[in-house]
Amino acid sequence: MCTVCGCTDGTPSTERATHDAESHARYYADMQDDFARRYHPHGHQGLQRSYHARDSHNHDHRFAHHQAHGGQALLSGGAGPAGLKVAGMSRERVIQIERDILGKNNGIAADNRALFVADDLLVFNLLSSPGAGKTTLLVRAVSELKRSRPVGVIEGDQQTSNDAERIRAAGVPSVQVNTGKSCHLDAAMIGEAYRRLPLLTGGILFIENVGNLICPAAFDLGEACKIVVLSITEGEDKPLKYPDMFAASSLMVINKIDLAPLLEFDLGKTIEYARRVNPKIDVLVVSARTGEGFGALYAWIDRQARHQRHVVEDTRR
Amino acid sequence: MHEMAICLGIIQIIEEEARHRSFSRVRSVCLEMGALSHAAPEAIRFCFAVVATRTVAEGAVLNIVELPGFVWCMSCSKSVEIARRGECCPRCGSYQLQVTAGEQMRVKELEID
Repeated sequence: MCTVCGCTDGTPSTERATHDAESHARYYADMQDDFARRYHPHGHQGLQRSYHARDSHNHDHRFAHHQAHGGQALLSGGAGPAGLKVAGMSRERVIQIERDILGKNNGIAADNRALFVADDLLVFNLLSSPGAGKTTLLVRAVSELKRSRPVGVIEGDQQTSNDAERIRAAGVPSVQVNTGKSCHLDAAMIGEAYRRLPLLTGGILFIENVGNLICPAAFDLGEACKIVVLSITEGEDKPLKYPDMFAASSLMVINKIDLAPLLEFDLGKTIEYARRVNPKIDVLVVSARTGEGFGALYAWIDRQARHQRHVVEDTRR
Repeated sequence: MHEMAICLGIIQIIEEEARHRSFSRVRSVCLEMGALSHAAPEAIRFCFAVVATRTVAEGAVLNIVELPGFVWCMSCSKSVEIARRGECCPRCGSYQLQVTAGEQMRVKELEID
C-alpha cells in the first residue's frame, strides 16, 4: 500500500482503473523527504516542523529556505536572487504568463459539460461535510427517479467503494472514484468515471463529491449546478463558517429535518446566513430517512431539466 | 488542502511554458490572488515549495500579489470592497451583494534564466 495516499498503488483512482505510479512518485511520494532534506539542512525533521515561518531563527538560511518559510525572501531586505539583480548586467528576463491556475481543470470541465449536453444529461454535483446524509439522500432519490428516466451516480471518497455499492443496491449504475489523499474530485476524474457508466441519455447524473465543505467548491466538474447538503445537526452557522461552498451552490438542501423536535435548530437563521453569502441560493428542507420534502426536490430537479433544455435550444438556434 | 492541487496546477503551467519557450530555470514566480478566491496565500506559499521540488521552478521565489474583492451592492447600486465572503456592504449593511472582482487565481509572470 502506498504510504502517501493509502491506496494500493498510490494515485487517485477510478474503481477498477489502473494507477499511474510514476506520476504519483513525481508529485507526492518523493516530496516530503526531499523537501526536508533540501530546504532544511540544519536539522529540522519533516514537514510538520518545517513550517515555522513565525519562529525566530538565528542560524544560516539559504534563500530557498526563506521561500519554504512562506516566501519571505522577497520581503526580507533583498536576500536571494531577486535582490542581486543589476539592470543591464543580468541574464534573467521576465515573461508575462497571465494564465488561470485552474485553467486546465476548467478546460476539462468545459469538455465534460459539452459531453453531458450532447448526451442530453442533467448533472448535479452534491457537496457537504461528512455525515450530512448525501448518500442516504441519493439512495432514496435515485430509487424513485429511476422509474421515469435513466439515472447514474459517480461516487467520490478517499477510500472504499461502500457508497457505490449502496447506490448499486438501489438498482442504479454507479462508479466509485477514490481520490487517495486528495480532498476533492476534479474534472479529469469525472471525465474518466463518466466513460465507465452506461449511456444515460435524457437522464440525470449525480456526482457525490468528497465530504468536505472547503476544497470541492473550487473545482468545476462540468455539472449543471452544485447542491450543498446541510444537516440540522451541524448548526445554523455553517454557511458563514464555509462561505465559498454556499456561494458556489445553486441549492441548499437542509437534511434530517425529522430530528428537529430533538434539537434546537433555527431554520430561519440558517437560511438567512446562507443568503448572506449567496442571495440567489434556493432552499429545500427534507428528511432522507422519512422522505419528507422529496416531492419539492423532484420538482426543483424538473425545473432545472427544463431550464437546461431551454438553454440548449437557444444555443442551437 | 486543495492548495496542493492548486500548486500542481501552477507547476504544470510553468513546465508547459518552459517547453514552449525553452527555458530551464525559473528564478521567481508572480501570482495574482483575489481576496475572494478559493485559496489562502500562506498555504500556497507552503505548498509551492514542496511541489516545485525537482522541477524547473525548484528554489524559485514566490511573489503573491493579493488583489481586493469587490461586490456590486444591489441596495446602494454601487461597487464596494469587501475582504471576505459573508461580509455586508460597508455603506448600508446589506447582504444583497454580487461579486464583481477578486475571485482570480493567476500565474502573472515568471522571471527566468
